Amino acid sequence: MRPITYLRATDTATAVAAVSTDPTSDFLAGGTTEVDLLRQDVLNPRRLVDINDLPLAGIEGTPEGGLRIGALARMSEVAAAPVVRERFPLIAQALELGASAQLRNMASMGGNLLQRVRCSYFRDAESPCNKRDPGTGCSAIEGFSRGHAVLGTSEHCIATHPSDVAVALVALDARVHTLGPNGERTHAIDDFFLLPGDSPHREHPLEHGELITAIEVPAAPVARHSLYLKVRDRESYEFALVSVAAALSVMDGTIAEVRVALGGVATKPWRARRAEDFLVGATVRRDDFAMAARVELADARPTPMNAFKVELAQRAIIRALDMLSDGTGTGPAPRPGIGSPS
Amino acid sequence: MTATIPSAIGQPLDRVDGPAKVSGSARYSAEIPLPAMAYAYVVGSRIAAGRVTGIDTSAALAEEGVLAVLTQQTLPKIAEQPPLVPSLAGTAAPGQTFFPMQDDTVHYAGQPIALVVADTWERAQYAARLLRVSYAETPPVTTLDQGRDLSYEPERIFGGWIPGRIERGNVEAGLREADVRVEGTYTYAANNHNPIEPSCTTAQWDGDNLLLYDATQGVNATQMTVSRLLGVPMSKIRVIGHYAGGSFGCKAMIHAHPTLAAMAARAVGRPVKLVLTREQMFTSVGHREEQEQHLTLGATRDGRLTAIRHHKLSPTSHFDDWAEPSVGVSSQIYACPHYEGVYRLFRANTMTPTFMRAPGEASGMYALECALDELAHELGIDPIELRLRNHTDVDAMTGLPWSSSGLKECYERGAQRFGWAGRDPRPGSRRDGNWLIGTGMATACYPVAPLANPQRARARLYADGTAVVQAATPDFGTGVATVMTQVAADGLGLSVDRCRFENGDTDLPNIAAAVGSAGAGMISAAVHSAATALRSQLIRSAVGDPGSPLHGADPVDVVVRDGVMTAGTASESYSDLLRRTFQPDVEAAGQWNPPAHDIPYATMTFGAQFAEVAVDAELGLVRVRRMTGAFAPGRVLNPKTARSQLMGGMLWGLGQALLEANHMQPDTGRWVNASLGEYLVPVNADAPDVDVELIEVEDDIVNPLGVKGVGEIGQVGAAAAIANAVHHATGRRVRKLPIMIEDLL
Amino acid sequence: MSTPGPALTQPGTARAERGPGPVRVRLSVNGTEHTLDIEPRVSLLDALRERLDLTGAKRGCDQGTCGACTVWVDGRRVLACLTLAMSCEGHEITTVEGLSQDGEPHPMQQAFVEQDAFQCGYCTPGQIMSAVALIAEGHAGDDAEIKEWMSGNICRCAAYPHIRAAIRAVRDQT
Repeated sequence: MRPITYLRATDTATAVAAVSTDPTSDFLAGGTTEVDLLRQDVLNPRRLVDINDLPLAGIEGTPEGGLRIGALARMSEVAAAPVVRERFPLIAQALELGASAQLRNMASMGGNLLQRVRCSYFRDAESPCNKRDPGTGCSAIEGFSRGHAVLGTSEHCIATHPSDVAVALVALDARVHTLGPNGERTHAIDDFFLLPGDSPHREHPLEHGELITAIEVPAAPVARHSLYLKVRDRESYEFALVSVAAALSVMDGTIAEVRVALGGVATKPWRARRAEDFLVGATVRRDDFAMAARVELADARPTPMNAFKVELAQRAIIRALDMLSDGTGTGPAPRPGIGSPS
Repeated sequence: MTATIPSAIGQPLDRVDGPAKVSGSARYSAEIPLPAMAYAYVVGSRIAAGRVTGIDTSAALAEEGVLAVLTQQTLPKIAEQPPLVPSLAGTAAPGQTFFPMQDDTVHYAGQPIALVVADTWERAQYAARLLRVSYAETPPVTTLDQGRDLSYEPERIFGGWIPGRIERGNVEAGLREADVRVEGTYTYAANNHNPIEPSCTTAQWDGDNLLLYDATQGVNATQMTVSRLLGVPMSKIRVIGHYAGGSFGCKAMIHAHPTLAAMAARAVGRPVKLVLTREQMFTSVGHREEQEQHLTLGATRDGRLTAIRHHKLSPTSHFDDWAEPSVGVSSQIYACPHYEGVYRLFRANTMTPTFMRAPGEASGMYALECALDELAHELGIDPIELRLRNHTDVDAMTGLPWSSSGLKECYERGAQRFGWAGRDPRPGSRRDGNWLIGTGMATACYPVAPLANPQRARARLYADGTAVVQAATPDFGTGVATVMTQVAADGLGLSVDRCRFENGDTDLPNIAAAVGSAGAGMISAAVHSAATALRSQLIRSAVGDPGSPLHGADPVDVVVRDGVMTAGTASESYSDLLRRTFQPDVEAAGQWNPPAHDIPYATMTFGAQFAEVAVDAELGLVRVRRMTGAFAPGRVLNPKTARSQLMGGMLWGLGQALLEANHMQPDTGRWVNASLGEYLVPVNADAPDVDVELIEVEDDIVNPLGVKGVGEIGQVGAAAAIANAVHHATGRRVRKLPIMIEDLL
Repeated sequence: MSTPGPALTQPGTARAERGPGPVRVRLSVNGTEHTLDIEPRVSLLDALRERLDLTGAKRGCDQGTCGACTVWVDGRRVLACLTLAMSCEGHEITTVEGLSQDGEPHPMQQAFVEQDAFQCGYCTPGQIMSAVALIAEGHAGDDAEIKEWMSGNICRCAAYPHIRAAIRAVRDQT
């Protein structure tokens, strides 16, 4: 880890000013990405501005039935908040299926959205990587790509977005509030994550020093009947190979409203709009779930090593919708994941 | 021989080092505070093949706190290159015959090419990043696909201990006689030990004398290896290693880092702490090699084996012929007239692979026991019944009887506890919601390793009736300090709370590195020998002493319990004897000479493994619901610690069956997943409850207490039982480990 | 949990930029205040292990992937390897060395010994810090919950079933 200086910020405006005026400064919140990648030499800030004392940790339900989550609220706090569990089970589940209890106590919600990819070439400071060192090439495309993305990829980057909760938030049309050198801004969450295209180093439409202050989740009654399904090799403490955030509302055997987003398979948290469009108005039938899943993955561009994800993602979508339609996926706090079979 | 009243051996005594470990006060080898400590960081080669053409150290040396940068130019040459010999032999055991930074050649990625020493860990680590290294790179060979056509049949493997080809009868003839043949290629991913404590050494010179604190399975092995490499006499090197935070084989050989730490400490004139990073643990301490095994079984319609052909292909380093002996036990444990086992190796850009828990048996028995399951399925014979039909009471290779077995009882008791009876053999016949349920079993076996050199211990009794028993061995989680306390207590006739076992220091009597499940057997033999020698000595003193109530008694009639010697109605305590005779303490040494290698017995530990899995066939997930293992490890010194080790071994089998794989990138020759985030080992949620059944068998051949060891047998066969259960659940025969989601979609 | 020492609500000069060379940092660990001169890049783990000689928290990966460095900051379990020591000024740190009270081992420490919930012992302090926190969090309801919420602590010896047994034992006695 390179030598760094440390500044503890006491108010938000000062923090933003400190970082935005210095290209070599980074914010430090939970530290679970920043400290890790500093030690790996992947991030090289000269100065860390510790924002943990800023008053941005609130978690509130809005009167309209939505949610406002302070950027410094910890993953564990959000997951445990009754209002989250009641109104948005998929958020609570996505959080509790991520990382470990210790990391969830550390990682902030804002930091979660900004966490960097787990691509081993990105994390190795010396491998060619367009995301880390623009123009050096992508080592993953011809390399070990089992965990990499099949949707939203480009010839410059196929790294999978690692967040779980962002998948749930994308399904819920959340909004990301920021404070930057030019004042406050609000980003629709789908626009908050950029596809790699030819500039994979640019992951968010943020200016340097622009700080996430809050995440707002609009009211969505459909979310009360929702789940987060995470598929991975290990039963816990692993990033998703495929995940599905889904919410379903059925009226008279017909799908009235549905939300589907995918994790583990795309370069950004992936809202499955094609699947949703197919499903709205459809009957609650496995065949229709399968068709919706097929439509969503139609454009997938896998490598030989991750081709299985195309099939796995479809099966996971079907399973998630099955669970929601037969009732096994409801409730505020099911045991995380599809869990142990016993 | 005086009568012994065993009372401590066989008791489930809590670990004597438990309080230190749970309180955080146990000091591991990177936790020794020394004044003016410096920190060494190993810099590994980025390339896997070629040469280092230059290292610019200027930026690193300019960093605050940097004390030295050692490279091929500045690192001392080694005094002598010891040969590659397993550390169990009780000699120097360098892990590979190559020592880094002696010339500019790069043989494998991660090979040490520089050593940065600074006054803090952070500074050393950062300065290491500032080295500018230039290379001349040549294309590496690392994978089976790259090396298949380059392979050769080695004359001997495993440090020269094992022949490269084992044959009996005529395997072609045996296959022609067969009514049924099954044949398959089984691959086993490269694995890494990944103990949670990374390898580490703290080195301190005092003039010409070197003190090392080393995380090792054998402090004497470290001492001998470093002595040979540095050319420093044994008498001037002391190695302490009270605890090691797990090893599983990666601390069994003495890899380069203890010697490098000593060199660094000499270079900077300060004590040096060298701790490998997690990433370096994948390239510095050996690994289980990637391997492909081809199994052909021939059998009669009623399930009698007529032929076993077992071939293995694996990469080794450019300097050593190493393969873990996957082929050996398949020649021994089933009656079968015709056998052919062959190793093929190819030179690869890797360090020499090394022992990893059940080295050879884990992989070999995976292949053999899966092939047998295929045969059972093919013949419509129950898998246990098939094994019973091929059971042998003698080593099928040598014809020598087992010194003890218990295998049939393991099948029987294991099956009973697991609930094997009445199993519907049809694949896919059980379902629980989305989960397909399957069960599988396998035989476990692990050789009782032959030992080469005498094992020694020392016992001291104080006049207050307490005792210290000493041997050099470290405790890396086996519970050796606990069970040796029990062995010492019984040998001396004391209660365990009056005995302390002192260990982990080369100033104590020499013990070979505790590897190959041999630790409990050989150390207990030495401790028992020392303790009983001291007891005999004390009894002799008493009966020969006119002042003792026992004077004149026949030593054979004297029994000792709780420190009191009794013969008939006369008795005297050890304490009274020593105090009366003005002896503050009394000592005896004990030595055990292992049996000769030409004893008319074959020695093997046996067991039986059972697993139940649930497979979500749609999502490709496999979760192990429960495991049962029945094992016959000779005498069990402490059922509590023994069960723990066996349970750990079984869950290791789970890890290798379903999760663990080092992935090699062919074009760079680097492991791509060298972290605990990506090399997946089981977490708590993966581990089901495990049922361990201990079947004690008497064995008066292997060692005085009949201990056959529990370190590795728990793992052998566990992966096969799981793979066989996956087949039973799904009908899919996945002939590779780990079995991953994509294999089952 | 150990009794907190005097509150460090004043981070001193924390509001000024500090470093990159060694700076004076005040840490409250197990109720005792320590002053040390460290570079801002020093992790809490290295501050504990290399500067304060509190080696109970272990370094297994330095990457947040093993849990061996688990300690509590303000009573919550976190990973010391990914925490900068300086960011802990004003907060109370508890390590395994601070778990016993009046020289008596914590019931969880005792249960780990009784259930043989470890072998090599290297992950054990982290397991224990997680296990005690787990019960306090209310996540020890059943085995499935314990499994999931203890999965951030890798035990390579795979003592997991016994770790669960130790947690159950303490849960059921409190």
